[in-house]
Amino acid sequence: MSSAWEVVIGLEIHAQLATSSKIFSGASTAYGAEPNTQACLIDLGYPGVLPVLNKEVVRMATMFGLAVDATIAPRSVFARKNYFYPDLPKGYQISQLELPIVEFGELFITDADGNEKRIGITRAHLEEDAGKSVHEGFDKSSGIDLNRTGTPLLEIVSEPDLRSAKEAVAYMRKIHTIVRYLGISDGNMQEGSFRCDANVSVRPRGQEELGTRAEIKNLNSFRFIERAINIEVERQVEVIEDGGKVVQETRLYDSVKDETRSMRSKEEANDYRYFPDPDLLPVEIDAAYIEAVRETLPELPAAKQQRFVADYGLREDDAAILTASRALADFFEEVVASTQGKAQGVANFVIGDLAGALNRDGLDIEQSPVSTAAVAGLLDRIKDNTISGKIAKEVFEAMWAGEGTADEIIEAKGLKQITDSSAIEAIVDKVIEANPGQVAEYKAGKDKLIGFFVGQVMKETGGKANPGQVNQVLKQKLG
Amino acid sequence: MSRDLHAKTLTELAAGLERGDFTSVELTGDLLGRIDSHNAALNAFVTVTAERALATAKSADEARAAGKAGALNGLPLVHKDIFCTRDVLTTCGSRMLENFISPYDATIVERLSGAGAVVLGKTNMDEFAMGSSNETSYFGPVKNPWNLECSPGGSSGGSAAAVAARLTPAATGTDTGGSIRQPAALTGTVGLKPTYGRVSRYGMVAFASSLDQAGVITRSSADAALLLGVMAGFDERDSTSIDHPVPDYTAALSGSVKGLRVGVVRQHFDDGLDEKTGTAVREALAVLEANGAVLTEVDMPNLDLSVPTYYVVAPAECSSNLSRFDGVRFGRRAENPEDLLDLYCRSRGEGFGAEVKRRIMTGTYVLSAGYYDAYYLKAQQVRHLIADDFHRAFENVDVIAGPTAPTPAFKLGDKTDDPITMYLNDIYTIGANLAGLPGMSTPCGFVDGLPVGLHLVAPHWGEETLLRCAHQYEQLTEWHLACPEDFS
Amino acid sequence: MSLDKDQVQHIAMLARLKLADDEFAETVDKLSRIVDFVDQLSQADTSDVVPMAHPLNQAQRLRADEVTETVDRDHFQENAPSVEGGFYLVPKVLE
Repeated sequence: MSSAWEVVIGLEIHAQLATSSKIFSGASTAYGAEPNTQACLIDLGYPGVLPVLNKEVVRMATMFGLAVDATIAPRSVFARKNYFYPDLPKGYQISQLELPIVEFGELFITDADGNEKRIGITRAHLEEDAGKSVHEGFDKSSGIDLNRTGTPLLEIVSEPDLRSAKEAVAYMRKIHTIVRYLGISDGNMQEGSFRCDANVSVRPRGQEELGTRAEIKNLNSFRFIERAINIEVERQVEVIEDGGKVVQETRLYDSVKDETRSMRSKEEANDYRYFPDPDLLPVEIDAAYIEAVRETLPELPAAKQQRFVADYGLREDDAAILTASRALADFFEEVVASTQGKAQGVANFVIGDLAGALNRDGLDIEQSPVSTAAVAGLLDRIKDNTISGKIAKEVFEAMWAGEGTADEIIEAKGLKQITDSSAIEAIVDKVIEANPGQVAEYKAGKDKLIGFFVGQVMKETGGKANPGQVNQVLKQKLG
Repeated sequence: MSRDLHAKTLTELAAGLERGDFTSVELTGDLLGRIDSHNAALNAFVTVTAERALATAKSADEARAAGKAGALNGLPLVHKDIFCTRDVLTTCGSRMLENFISPYDATIVERLSGAGAVVLGKTNMDEFAMGSSNETSYFGPVKNPWNLECSPGGSSGGSAAAVAARLTPAATGTDTGGSIRQPAALTGTVGLKPTYGRVSRYGMVAFASSLDQAGVITRSSADAALLLGVMAGFDERDSTSIDHPVPDYTAALSGSVKGLRVGVVRQHFDDGLDEKTGTAVREALAVLEANGAVLTEVDMPNLDLSVPTYYVVAPAECSSNLSRFDGVRFGRRAENPEDLLDLYCRSRGEGFGAEVKRRIMTGTYVLSAGYYDAYYLKAQQVRHLIADDFHRAFENVDVIAGPTAPTPAFKLGDKTDDPITMYLNDIYTIGANLAGLPGMSTPCGFVDGLPVGLHLVAPHWGEETLLRCAHQYEQLTEWHLACPEDFS
Repeated sequence: MSLDKDQVQHIAMLARLKLADDEFAETVDKLSRIVDFVDQLSQADTSDVVPMAHPLNQAQRLRADEVTETVDRDHFQENAPSVEGGFYLVPKVLE
């Protein structure tokens, strides 16, 4: 895309709040139940039922507001958004319009040039989720499952401050990390507990006025968001360059065809006829409540990342990876606290071998079969030269498979590193004797052959000789 | 059956049961017999729950024998068909819910049954509580026991007619703009609408959420006090329910009206009020004055905007509340819908009557883009002005009194052509709903053989003042004892 | 202010109400009268008046985050006009 065009993006993120019960009823929010077995009479919009607000959602929204330096509204109001759709039993969604619970927040991302960029968060408000429709499997019908109806959502709206798909993804990742850090949402995009709509428009670079925007709905992976935005930008530019006008509309991203297309049914001008919900009273939050919640805020990702760099001397990007999830960061710190090894070494191991094993087996850090104590124990054995880094990988695989602690495995498999100098010398002598040709070449100047000799020693010792010592002894003996 | 149990008030029946003069089974049987004989003429009932009633009555008698009688043990009543009653048809007077069996009980139904009450059946009403004459019901109009060609008022017409005809000593009702008080006035019964938030709305099918309140229709203030004491009180299932202590309403009945400051609204006694009705009400006020009450004129400058305010706010809220009736999870579904739009439009078009559709559309209009500020927002502002008028008045008076309705019962079919004419029936009662204040109507005379009601409004939580005033008035007069000839 | 047919048609659509042809004319007339009637409100001076949404000045009470509702799906679905496999059925929706 030519740089004659500037892209303007705003994101609306819906995060399902991780409460046990629904926002306005005492039905369960657990995922995956049989259809309509978690839709109580209140969720079903039966005649005569009434909503009562879940206190956890107020706490969670407040936590979020504080984490993004936003204003927590002392008084916020629920409003009804009226429209007809089968997954909306009452014929209205209880949401917030004019007085949302959180306003005027911000967070910082790193832009394409590596600079810190502020992204404004216009507001975050509470609302209830709708049900789900199943369009296949019923004769000329759609099946409606209302289990999800009433699940609490926090809708987070950004200012249109994003200028590229990459920035949009970076922002979305930050929000994703924050809500998981705070423990207010599990951020599970596959299960639909973290969804994003992107408002995308383009304008000639230098123009102040915003172009007409299109909304791309229900993007549920970071990859799709990036592609959808880029595809949409291309489409809009093409439309304009061909002499047409971008239509303000809602579009869906088709990941198979890699294109966005207009959504049909929601196109009629939807007059939502918002008005304050008369079944609910204004939510009042005082300073004491806010302070009490503030005290429970965990260390946030940005602060933790900075601390890791400052206190542990980690590289910026390693710190970023480790702090992407609070659980991973906690794991890392626990290992550091219990091992003799250096923090950077722990970081390398966690980001390398441990993360590799987790990814391979599709596990989260919380499900790691190897505990922090076990990892610390393993790293200690590298530090004290009992085993080499290379052997450690073998030991780790065995630990992962449940064969025991590092010590137990090293003992059982006889993997102790050979550090006894006389033993090493003996083997080096043997290797030198066995390879006179290479010895001659080495002495003639082919320095690279040191690797060959090290390899031979390693072969002889089943990899257990301390490589550093081997190198030293070889150089000594070969001259 | 010459014990004439049907002629006794709830309070008298409670004493009789206590003394063992008769059993609840006998009492229930008597009333069921009367309902059987008379309901065809009145059309006051949608459902009579005879078997259940007798079973409950039997349990009540057993509980009493075991010394475990609740406050309303064995006492019969009926519920307006707007209250959800578990496993019993709950129609709201509408074709939309013609076959709807509620899976749960409304809070007030639970409380009253929990105290031992015997439910005789569900009464007819204006469809979804929208009406002032009980002529919009899908199940046909209710007749006034005082004159079968006349309306009993609405929307709690069935409840009022059933009580007036002595088919039941008491009934529950709902009041959004006067729907308990106005039918009480037109049928010569006592109707009480409590302070907004006093009684739970959970299980009461919503019409206009910020105006609706559950209340009672009885034949004496003492009866109303007895029932209110059981119904009132905080309910955690209703966010608009207020945690305010429930006093002993029965104890509040005694005490004279001496020194009671009664406000009379200047704007009430104008051309809109039928002359003879006005005379009857003035006579009632004179009785109070003669017994020590102090009458003062009060000025309520915004009161003439109450009806237009109401007819913006109530339709707006109901247009949203009734969206849940879409043929998907319960209620009427049109046959062979072509597509989703057809399902909605035809199910609702067929399920709702004309008045309900008009109010939904009025509400949709006043909330729609471009009109919200001029209508809905404006109405909520005027509502505030009206509430302020009341609060100012109450700085100088304890209760505001006047006529409940502008005329006595009118003939069925008289006012159905012009919606505005019908709406103006609520001109005196609507203000109390807009301000959330408690209001009551008690019989105070007759005009050409038709009853007239005296309307009383008190400040928030002033039910005790209302009951005391009405009760004292009842001791001084006999209007509330009058019985329609055909039903004695 | 009177309403015209198109406005009434639009409102009926927003409210998902099908009006029979013979109902339609009467509805336009009666709705117009109602709107005329409520237009009186414009006379009131409401500058600086806070709109009242509730008669009481109370704040929303909060409920503990606990699962308190048991769902008797089959009992509830006895009232449903069309269900299959626990799902509520509607004519197929195209998205």
